[in-house]
Amino acid sequence: MAGVRLIPRLDIKGPNLIKGIHLEGLRVVGDPQVFARRYYEQGADELIYMDTVASLYGRNSLRDIVSRTAQDVFIPLTVGGGVRSVDDVRELLRAGADKIAINTAAVARPELIGEVSRAFGSQCMVLSIEAKRIAPGRWEVFTDNGRERTGLDVVAWAQRGVELGAGEILLTSVDQEGTRKGFDVDLVSAVVEVCPVPVIASGGMGSLDHLIDVCGRGKADAVAIADVLHYDRIGFSTIRAGAAGAGISVRTI
Amino acid sequence: MSERVTIVDYGLGNIFSVARAVEHFGVDVLLSDDPCVLGEASRLILPGVGAFAIGMQGLRERALIEPLRKFAASGRPLLGICLGMQMLLSGSEEFGDHEGLGIIPGLVAPVSGQTATGAILKVPHVGWSPLHNPLFGNSWDGSILAGLPEACEAYFVHSYTAVPADDAHRLADTWYGNCRISAAVRKNNVYGCQFHPEKSGPAGLKIIENFLSVV
Repeated sequence: MAGVRLIPRLDIKGPNLIKGIHLEGLRVVGDPQVFARRYYEQGADELIYMDTVASLYGRNSLRDIVSRTAQDVFIPLTVGGGVRSVDDVRELLRAGADKIAINTAAVARPELIGEVSRAFGSQCMVLSIEAKRIAPGRWEVFTDNGRERTGLDVVAWAQRGVELGAGEILLTSVDQEGTRKGFDVDLVSAVVEVCPVPVIASGGMGSLDHLIDVCGRGKADAVAIADVLHYDRIGFSTIRAGAAGAGISVRTI
Repeated sequence: MSERVTIVDYGLGNIFSVARAVEHFGVDVLLSDDPCVLGEASRLILPGVGAFAIGMQGLRERALIEPLRKFAASGRPLLGICLGMQMLLSGSEEFGDHEGLGIIPGLVAPVSGQTATGAILKVPHVGWSPLHNPLFGNSWDGSILAGLPEACEAYFVHSYTAVPADDAHRLADTWYGNCRISAAVRKNNVYGCQFHPEKSGPAGLKIIENFLSVV
């Protein structure tokens, strides 16, 4: 039985691990290498690296960080930020990524999802969705770290993405991100309901109760965790033990 | 320990992670799709992700099918990972019937994605699942799983599973809902892992390390 995956999310700007609120107001936390290695040793199920400025400036500073991380971290590594083409994907895979998360470029040209999926397998193609609540039970897709509106409905876009070949959805609530006030569980549950592929809930984890809620009521397949880990508010082993204690199926380390 | 491992590079999926895990032990990696190079290899890894038919087509186009069968018959260590394991079997039901390498008797079938109570599970099976030594299966002693604790967990991502015809070729099983997954197989010098040892943390590295010294 594969349980809920607990995935530290490391947002990157230049050479630094950073953390923001609502994907903005970024503060430097430290050296991503050091944090990645620590989470690996503490038993993280996977890691996510997101380059927060790549799509703004059309460059990708992540490659070097990924390749150094892959030298001594042997769990699945999802990498995103500024990925625009099959060649970009190949370069990141070569550097050490296992899965590639794409947001802005997939919205601009949805065929890219199918191209990546056919070239490297759907397990490699993670559709990253930044969602903002626009009405009760309705969310709009944003790009460029929550800056640009797209007019797309999140639930419809997630379904379309899976049809086009996405093997997983990384679902970030821009409203909750960095607030430590809990996940947007309604959002997660609305997307999980219609998606036959795994959904990673991201944005808002501040306590164990939030995790339990998004796994229970939200039925998330995996949970991205950033702030509480980076600032060591809750240790990884406490999170894992707390989840197991609440009856959530997680890996035993 | 082996000085060099050859990884079959037939154009499918991400072979770099496998290479890095091998290099972690100071062992040289050679990536090749040349039948002559594979024929002379001392130790071979057949990786792969994606669809069975496309994987077999990749091998066929490079004229690698017979060299791989010969390599397996020669007694030298061979490890298939994920799709690479599935292709060791006789054939697959994925998108029609397709012939496999036929090195290990049995078929490849879809993961059913149901619990015992009939609830639906998502397919693919993605995540960490425990490795169990099957009742009538192969012993872990002296194999790639030597020294690992029963029920240690490994990282899986797949929609199909091998179904070995002979239980004796099963090395490890796991369960996804009520679907029995053949997690690892062994027939003499030929091994397969449905999970990704190169992505399974310290336990996975131990499996890679074991493969570098199995005889």
